[in-house]
Amino acid sequence: MSILINKSTKLIVQGITGRDGSFHTGKMKDYGTNIVAGVSPGKGGQTVHDIPVYNTVEEAVKATGADTSIIFVPAPLAGDAILEAADGGVQLVICISEGVPTLDMVKATNYLKKKNVKLIGANCPGLITPGESLIGILPANIFKKGNVGLMSRSGTLTYLMVSLLTDNGLGQSTCVGIGGDPVAGLYYQELLQMFEDDPETEAIVLIGEIGGDAEERAAQYIKEHITKPVVAFIAGQTAPPGKRMGHAGAIISSGSGTAEEKIAAFEAIGVPVARLPKDLPGLVKQKLAERK
Amino acid sequence: MKIHEYQAKEIFSRYQIPVTNEKVCYTKDEVVAAAEKFGMPVVVKAQVHAGGRGKAGGVKLAVNMEEAAKAAEKIIGMDIKGYTVEKVLVAEGVKFNAEFYVGMTIDRNTKSVLFMASAEGGVEIEEVAKENPDAIHKFVIDPDLGMTDFLARKIAFKLFTDMNLVKQAVSLFKKLYQIFIDTDASLVEINPLVITDDGRLLALDGKMNFDDNALYRQPDIEVLNEPSEDEKKEIAAKESGLTYIRLDGNIGCMVNGAGLAMATMDIIKHFGGSPANFLDIGGSSSPQKVIDAMTLLMSDKNVKVIMINIFGGITRCDDVAKGIVIALDQMKLDIPIVIRLSGTNAEEGLKIIKEKNLPTVRSLSEAAQEAIRLIS
Repeated sequence: MSILINKSTKLIVQGITGRDGSFHTGKMKDYGTNIVAGVSPGKGGQTVHDIPVYNTVEEAVKATGADTSIIFVPAPLAGDAILEAADGGVQLVICISEGVPTLDMVKATNYLKKKNVKLIGANCPGLITPGESLIGILPANIFKKGNVGLMSRSGTLTYLMVSLLTDNGLGQSTCVGIGGDPVAGLYYQELLQMFEDDPETEAIVLIGEIGGDAEERAAQYIKEHITKPVVAFIAGQTAPPGKRMGHAGAIISSGSGTAEEKIAAFEAIGVPVARLPKDLPGLVKQKLAERK
Repeated sequence: MKIHEYQAKEIFSRYQIPVTNEKVCYTKDEVVAAAEKFGMPVVVKAQVHAGGRGKAGGVKLAVNMEEAAKAAEKIIGMDIKGYTVEKVLVAEGVKFNAEFYVGMTIDRNTKSVLFMASAEGGVEIEEVAKENPDAIHKFVIDPDLGMTDFLARKIAFKLFTDMNLVKQAVSLFKKLYQIFIDTDASLVEINPLVITDDGRLLALDGKMNFDDNALYRQPDIEVLNEPSEDEKKEIAAKESGLTYIRLDGNIGCMVNGAGLAMATMDIIKHFGGSPANFLDIGGSSSPQKVIDAMTLLMSDKNVKVIMINIFGGITRCDDVAKGIVIALDQMKLDIPIVIRLSGTNAEEGLKIIKEKNLPTVRSLSEAAQEAIRLIS
């Protein structure tokens, strides 16, 4: 078991003929991800890495029975690509594109909610169930199959954390990069519940960052609904207010959204927060030992 | 992206939202001419991209020409939170008997546009939110429906009982929502929205921020951008694929990824050091990008040591290493450098660095400690 994706996930790639789309299609295929089709308007009939390309998502889904789509199209087209994926019949959409206008995401998330289709991203590195399926741009070699479920707002910081976990013998059930934009798809609460319900996941790692109040809300949700051990890390403990730290979502505005507040919210409910990345594996091990 | 009050109110006017008679002025003479035209009293308001201008003395009421001239002299050229006031807005004085707040922003939790309204206008809304949160009424707008008549009425009845005012408010709220959508705004505020002596709703002040990701399709908004010196540097960096924010410290950081860059700053602080900047070199790692990043770091005279932290995912560490070597060959670096490479092709990268006799460290904590040691 795992969450969201596994061996039987059938993936299509929107924007497969583009530079990034083609490159990462190759990488995902090498990992063993079951990619059944690509979509690129006007390029139907071609193949990329021996994968058939269709003009529309609908055609691709009809022909292949795909249930998941990953999006690599340029940001101005990404909102529409998400809508097309949901309309075309997939159940899960992962949007990698960075710089999607916020109002496009408002429209897309609202439509997907009505269609009961799940979204991850935009502006995210994707997700992986080690040994089964990699959907995104994550570096495959750092992951190892295991029992830690991980969710994060950041990309490379996730890689650092995962490699620390792996080096310390802590493999992962599923790792999800939820993205750094203000309006995104699946967030902490939904993923916490999925990990709670997943028999393979024994501990959950939440990697947050400054801005917004998603971590505070996650803490509240953990208190009320989660029985499995959770360990957290918050990036941006020293970020100055009013400055946007790369991610559109990472901004401290008028004294709220600070790392201090988020750390306090977690610690108040017994979720330990690693002050340095290297402290994370120890805290996870400690929590797992306490449980046994 | 931020714009000035007068620019926000120009947009309001275009949508027939009533605003004060006003004129933007750059000199004392222009202020006096505008005051003469409008008649007394007038309000002279600094136009800068900084909050709290009232408290800083950037807003003055003038009841005669002499005061108007004095206000102009005082405000033009003054410094508000590091911004020099280059222009002021001269607005006709308006008699009013009640102040309200209305605003819209993006709500991350409902993933929708959120409309906020309060009868406690004219003060900083953050203060109201802290001290009396129940005084702010919030309404989530369904993106499929937009600002419907019934929703606009529902909001209006929270603020007004007089049907004449409710009708004006309904029309105003619908226009304000249309502005938000049409311009890809991230924030629209009227504070205060006032009832004038003759019973009209009027926007006395206005504020708008915009979604940077959408500027490509908002050319009319983009031309209003007036970046500060620091922001100009940030924009130039962005054009070379770098995200740069200058800070006060002396350890110049070069990192790939925003989250990792923040964590790197945190670790430096944890060990007692002080980062000079946030610098995310992003996903790819062409030597040119590394050179641009090094040049940017070196342009800050406070930087006493450079700390490079790369976690290779898509970025290949050997590419970054090559970039570092080329950059160091091209520019004369007279300060120490600490390099940490990890992830994809890290071994190959470290080999390239070592061949050049440059120091490398294994872990992030070691890198931070070494950087601090080198400058102390």
